[in-house]
Amino acid sequence: MNKRVARIGIYVFLFSAALFFLLPLYVMLVTSLKSMDEIRAGSIFALPLAATLEPWRQAWSEVCTGAACEGVRAGFWNSVAITVPSTILPILLGAVNGYALSFWRPRGASLLFGLLMAGAFIPVQVMIYPLVRLLAAMGVFGSLPAIVLVHLIFGMPVMTMLFRNYYAGVPHELFQAARIDGGGFWRIFAQVMLPMSAPIIVVAAIMQVTGVWNDYILGLVFAGRDNLPMTVQLNNVINTTTGTRLYNVNMAATILTALVPLAIYFLSGRWFVRGIAAGAVKG
Amino acid sequence: MLARRFRTLTPFAALLPMALTVIVAYIGTALWTLRVSLTSSRTFASDNFVGLAQYERLFDNERWMLSLHNLAIYGLLFVVACIVIGFLLAVFIDQNVTGEGVLRTVFLYPYAMSFVATGLVWQWMLTPGNGIEQAVRLLGFPNFQFDWIIDQDMAIYTVVIATVWQASGLVMAMLLAGLRGIDPEIWKAARLDGIPAWRVYSSIVLPMLGPTLATVFLLLSTAVIKLYDAVVAMTQGGPGTASEVPAKFIMDHLFLRSNIGLASAGAIVLLVPVLALLAPYAYARSRKGQA
Repeated sequence: MNKRVARIGIYVFLFSAALFFLLPLYVMLVTSLKSMDEIRAGSIFALPLAATLEPWRQAWSEVCTGAACEGVRAGFWNSVAITVPSTILPILLGAVNGYALSFWRPRGASLLFGLLMAGAFIPVQVMIYPLVRLLAAMGVFGSLPAIVLVHLIFGMPVMTMLFRNYYAGVPHELFQAARIDGGGFWRIFAQVMLPMSAPIIVVAAIMQVTGVWNDYILGLVFAGRDNLPMTVQLNNVINTTTGTRLYNVNMAATILTALVPLAIYFLSGRWFVRGIAAGAVKG
Repeated sequence: MLARRFRTLTPFAALLPMALTVIVAYIGTALWTLRVSLTSSRTFASDNFVGLAQYERLFDNERWMLSLHNLAIYGLLFVVACIVIGFLLAVFIDQNVTGEGVLRTVFLYPYAMSFVATGLVWQWMLTPGNGIEQAVRLLGFPNFQFDWIIDQDMAIYTVVIATVWQASGLVMAMLLAGLRGIDPEIWKAARLDGIPAWRVYSSIVLPMLGPTLATVFLLLSTAVIKLYDAVVAMTQGGPGTASEVPAKFIMDHLFLRSNIGLASAGAIVLLVPVLALLAPYAYARSRKGQA
């Protein structure tokens, strides 16, 4: 009897917790499907009486994101343009770093790695002004290359660690054999290591795409006015527009912005969790 | 001979981008910021050194002191709430429940959302007159009040609620992985001795989760220090400056108020707790490396 009560207690707790966690997603969805009149009159938790996709259309192609009123789609494509190179390059570099650290172990490399990992915890505010000046001196500040380079710099600790830990699990004999067969640094990397790195590349891509897509502060500072990512434009839509607030359009825009990482999360499932476990040092 | 020499240099060359990142982008910029913080720089960096004057001005600045105060309240509540909720969820999920996969997915999905999206959703739910307040009023409590987000004394707590919702799933996932790593023999032995489950959790399992908890603590506390996006999205530091936080103070003084000397001093102050948190971690790691 006692056991039965305990079981019920467990499920009640988990069920109520699940409700609490799902509530914001539910509220976002139903709000985005209501008209403003319905929002003003009814409860935030009520299902839409006359569901409409009009707020979604407005959010995507009409809402004002600052000076321009062309919806969040421009931000969406900016985020795509930022995320693609900011995923590929950090993964490539992270793989090379991890490979060199695990197998070649050049002198001083482990100290360097320790410092790199410590760097992952430094608040960006400490580095942001000098980086702005450096990039300005290089003549790229406020451009796509600038934001990609910044993502490369700040993504490097986690990317390097993922690959280093992954390659640490690869038998060293394999590397020795490739060396004896006359393989050089790049050849062993390209022909032996990379082909067996598919699982960790998937994990790294999930982490990096999610991280870059969700970034706000770096995009705001470094991307420049023409490349502002979706998160920045979303915040502009909601927090800087004057006049009546269109909560339905705001929520549609929020879902649209969260869609890419959420889709990755729901589709990748265990891979995402694996990335968290492996990249737990990310701050 | 030369070719061989070249070969042994390749690994060094390959690590050059990493070395540049560490030396220039991390250490170099931090030193640069330290230097700027010792000057009277306003809109542009100047070479007029004023010693620690910027730090004095910083700690005389009401807005900065308020932001530190907020960060302390926020940090304490955020870390404790995330760990307690994450631990409870992990322990309850670990009781062989049906639907474990679904529950884990539900508890972790907020972590996939950006702080901006998180902040905006909660801003909407907490909007007085429209959000939860109105929903409860329509339920038959016409005098119900829930306006923390526009209340000077309560605004920072709304940021706690939103970010705990976003991050406690991560704690759950990490602690659950830790729980699954515990030897089942321990549970068998405890059951044989008739020790109640809660005693096993508090006296045996919790200490065994020590290293995982340390990592969780490190992650959460550095997230506290970096807190920026969520505040910008939810309250813009308001009402007034009521929910101001140090990271936002620094950004505002760098880019809106043209006071980079003061902002740099703030950034260096922010760096101190990070280094204090990292030191024991680095020490533990280096000892483990030697053993």
